[in-house]
Amino acid sequence: MMSFMKGRVLVVDDDTALAEMLGIVLRGEGFEPSFVADGDKALAAFREAKPDLVLLDLMLPGRDGIEVCRLIRAESGVPIVMLTAKSDTVDVVVGLESGADDYIVKPFKPKELVARIRARLRRSEEPAPEQLAIGDLVIDVAGHSVKRDGQSIALTPLEFDLLVALARKPWQVFTREVLLEQVWGYRHAADTRLVNVHVQRLRSKVEKDPEKPEIVVTVRGVGYKAGPS
Amino acid sequence: MSGDSAASAPGRSGARPGRPVGRKKPGSRWGRFLESGLLQGGVQGSPVIRLFMRWVRRPLLPVMRLWRRNIQLKVVVTTLLMSLGVVLLLGFVVIGQVRNGLLDAKVKASQSQATGGFAVAKQRADEAASGTGDDVATADGRPAQNVTQWLSDLVSSLSSGGQGAFDVVTLPASDADGAGGRGQRASGEVDWNKSVPADLRERIGSSTTAAQSYTRITYNNEIKDSQPGLVIGKQVNDPNGDPYQLYYLFPLTQEEKSLSLVKGTLATAGLFVVVLLGAIAWLVVRQVVTPVRMAAGIAERLSAGRLQERMKVTGEDDIARLGEAFNKMAQNLQLKISQLEDLSRMQRRFVSDVSHELRTPLTTVRMAADVIHEARADFDPVTARSAELLADQLDRFESLLADLLEISRFDAGAAALEAEPIDLRNVVRRVVSGAEPLAERKGTRIRVLGDQQPVVAEADARRVERVLRNLVVNAVEHGEGKDVVVRLAAAGGAVAVAVRDYGVGLKPGEATRVFSRFWRADPARARTTGGTGLGLSIALEDARLHGGWLQAWGEPGGGSQFRLTLPRTADEPLRGSPIPLEPKDSRRNRGLDDAGLPCGGASGEKRATVPAQPASASAAAAAKRDPIPPRAASATADPTALPGNGARVVPRPASGTRRADEDSGRAGSAENGDTRGSSGTARSGRVGGPAESAENGTVSGSGRTGRDPSGPGAREAGPDEGTAVPGEDAAAPGEGAAVPSGETGLGEANRQGEASRGR
Repeated sequence: MMSFMKGRVLVVDDDTALAEMLGIVLRGEGFEPSFVADGDKALAAFREAKPDLVLLDLMLPGRDGIEVCRLIRAESGVPIVMLTAKSDTVDVVVGLESGADDYIVKPFKPKELVARIRARLRRSEEPAPEQLAIGDLVIDVAGHSVKRDGQSIALTPLEFDLLVALARKPWQVFTREVLLEQVWGYRHAADTRLVNVHVQRLRSKVEKDPEKPEIVVTVRGVGYKAGPS
Repeated sequence: MSGDSAASAPGRSGARPGRPVGRKKPGSRWGRFLESGLLQGGVQGSPVIRLFMRWVRRPLLPVMRLWRRNIQLKVVVTTLLMSLGVVLLLGFVVIGQVRNGLLDAKVKASQSQATGGFAVAKQRADEAASGTGDDVATADGRPAQNVTQWLSDLVSSLSSGGQGAFDVVTLPASDADGAGGRGQRASGEVDWNKSVPADLRERIGSSTTAAQSYTRITYNNEIKDSQPGLVIGKQVNDPNGDPYQLYYLFPLTQEEKSLSLVKGTLATAGLFVVVLLGAIAWLVVRQVVTPVRMAAGIAERLSAGRLQERMKVTGEDDIARLGEAFNKMAQNLQLKISQLEDLSRMQRRFVSDVSHELRTPLTTVRMAADVIHEARADFDPVTARSAELLADQLDRFESLLADLLEISRFDAGAAALEAEPIDLRNVVRRVVSGAEPLAERKGTRIRVLGDQQPVVAEADARRVERVLRNLVVNAVEHGEGKDVVVRLAAAGGAVAVAVRDYGVGLKPGEATRVFSRFWRADPARARTTGGTGLGLSIALEDARLHGGWLQAWGEPGGGSQFRLTLPRTADEPLRGSPIPLEPKDSRRNRGLDDAGLPCGGASGEKRATVPAQPASASAAAAAKRDPIPPRAASATADPTALPGNGARVVPRPASGTRRADEDSGRAGSAENGDTRGSSGTARSGRVGGPAESAENGTVSGSGRTGRDPSGPGAREAGPDEGTAVPGEDAAAPGEGAAVPSGETGLGEANRQGEASRGR
């Protein structure tokens, strides 16, 4: 793996044993972990550490993970991977809706965790200069910006990737599985709830009327495609 | 249309005996008349009649529905009809009696009047006969003249006695004498010809006594209307001794007036009585029906989940008691339901907490074990082997924990369905490609049939994939290297996926028990496969959550088929499955008995494999040969696919039903070896795919003896690929025996049951 794949990872987890173990594994993979155990201190630690990725336990003393996730997301698009012991839809969806890019259910294998982290960090590869249009949006892939009528729209890196994946092939209908592979980097289909939640979040930012999407169109029974430009 | 009412009729009559008798009789008779007599009688006739009947029926249908549904209407109409009948009967009796009374008096008076009149006439005639005796001798034409005059005098004098009360008519004794001058006379312009009935004239002519008859008196005068009357007549002699008929006509106008007055009064009174009775019935029934209707409405709302609904109770009568009892029932229901809800919530909470509390330390252990496992090459053999065991058993522990949590989530009712339209072909493709590595190691080919057209259903892709992965992995594991056929079909409101293998099959009765928790067919069997023993139970719950079926069929030595049937739309009930549960190439369908199928030998095995089957079967059994069809998508739901035929094993057809499955599923005996592959391969597939399983393969080493029971499906191929560590046999003593150390605390049952699903 190339060096830019390594990065600073902030681990927000109150279980010291798990945090330490995560540190061992992450260091073994060449990441630089930093730790915080309290939800209240998470934001300060985040500002201080400026991590490339946040590993966030959902159940925290003080502020809970959802709240922390929302706060971090409010000021940064940094990838957030939730650690959750609950795979129930409600818990997962709430976490994703609060801004997490991905989630991983405990107990996980170290390899699994590292694969997810890498997938989230991989997007920082230098993209070629490229201009895309989807609906009435103009996307500058290299400049990582989306504009409507000259007005730029703030998207997280994941949402940006999702939009770019759709915009690159406006003629193609993307199944959720394909999107999972292209955007999230899952080689085998995982949880399509990821796609659903992020499409909703993306729509709430880029659509004029999220109830009647024109940019990201649902193809019932198949998946999503880019709206006509 | 007629079929509709024919269908409803038995139901109605069946429901009737429970109702009050008084209401029942007229109601049912009326209904029967409406339905059978009026509405069905002519239906068998020509199309024109049928059309006419339909035309007649259409406007009647809402009325009939109202009749069927509205007890108030029924009671009011019945009361009206019955009271009308009573009033009519009463009216007729009263009117008859009044008429008789009136007429009797009149007739008596008339008779005495007439008798007097006849006596007077006789007396006059006698007087005239004696007084005119001289005249007879003097003038020959006189007597006749005299008689004529005499008669006229007689009539006028007789009639003058009762001015307007009666009239008098004289007629000749016979028509032949009419010309004799003794013509007809009548007082008061009575039209004698019409007023005196002919039969009365005859009767009088033939006897000398008086006779009477009712008649209608008509008048020559146009102004005077005809009126009913009584006529009394007698044949008497005139002064010449010749007979003539004398009639008294008594008009009955007065009596008729009285009678019609009585009639009118009675009719008015009767009408009032009927209407009032109807109104009373309406009011009374309303008193009873209103609370009943309220109870019905509230019961409906209760059943719809609004548990706080209560009836209003006033007074202490029976209705109030009904209301109180109803409210008590509702309260108890609410209490129980909220208790159950609390329980369910608590259990869900508990599961969730346990899940979290267990998973966090497990994650740490898991990661630590993996780190140690990675570094095992640096350890001495014993430590290295321990590291391997640790990692493997952690896998097993994890999947067991995951399955336990999953099943308790079902038990707590916390499982939620996220249904959306999915194409099952994609799911099958994913599952098959995920099972491919395992199939390769087993030498099994997985064939997919019926995937030419989309098979779309509203389903939870995650759950369906879990079910199918489970079925396919099971089939591969128990397929003994023979082909596994996955077929898809859609028909009617259902889609189905059947997974067929040609392995050991299921013994009679096992088809229902495979879904039981921790159930193992053959505890003595070596556990060559891992598994938590919950896989099929979870799969069954998943299917049930969809409103679908998961059923098993199998025959000993003939393989088995597991069929998942899902409704096309989430809330549609299933009626049948597009795929028959018993495959067409089952031994019975091919006409082979147990002895007919060679077991064991290479040739036998070959025959049982799918591709070889049609040819050999055609040679062996010509009778019911039925090779595998090229495509599984049969157009209609097969009758044998109905739930009643579910979970069947050949020697005992239709033994188990799906309900039986569920019951035994709850019993929670030992069944194992099925999920293992699913969760295991799932995990490995998600992260690293083939690479991961290959790695596992080396880990498991020569796991022939089941030393590695926890390994996911991928690890099972150990014997061929793995590198045998010398010391491991010591760690895993006993071929086919239980693993020495209790791995999960589930103890003996689990350990023994660790063998496969019993093939």
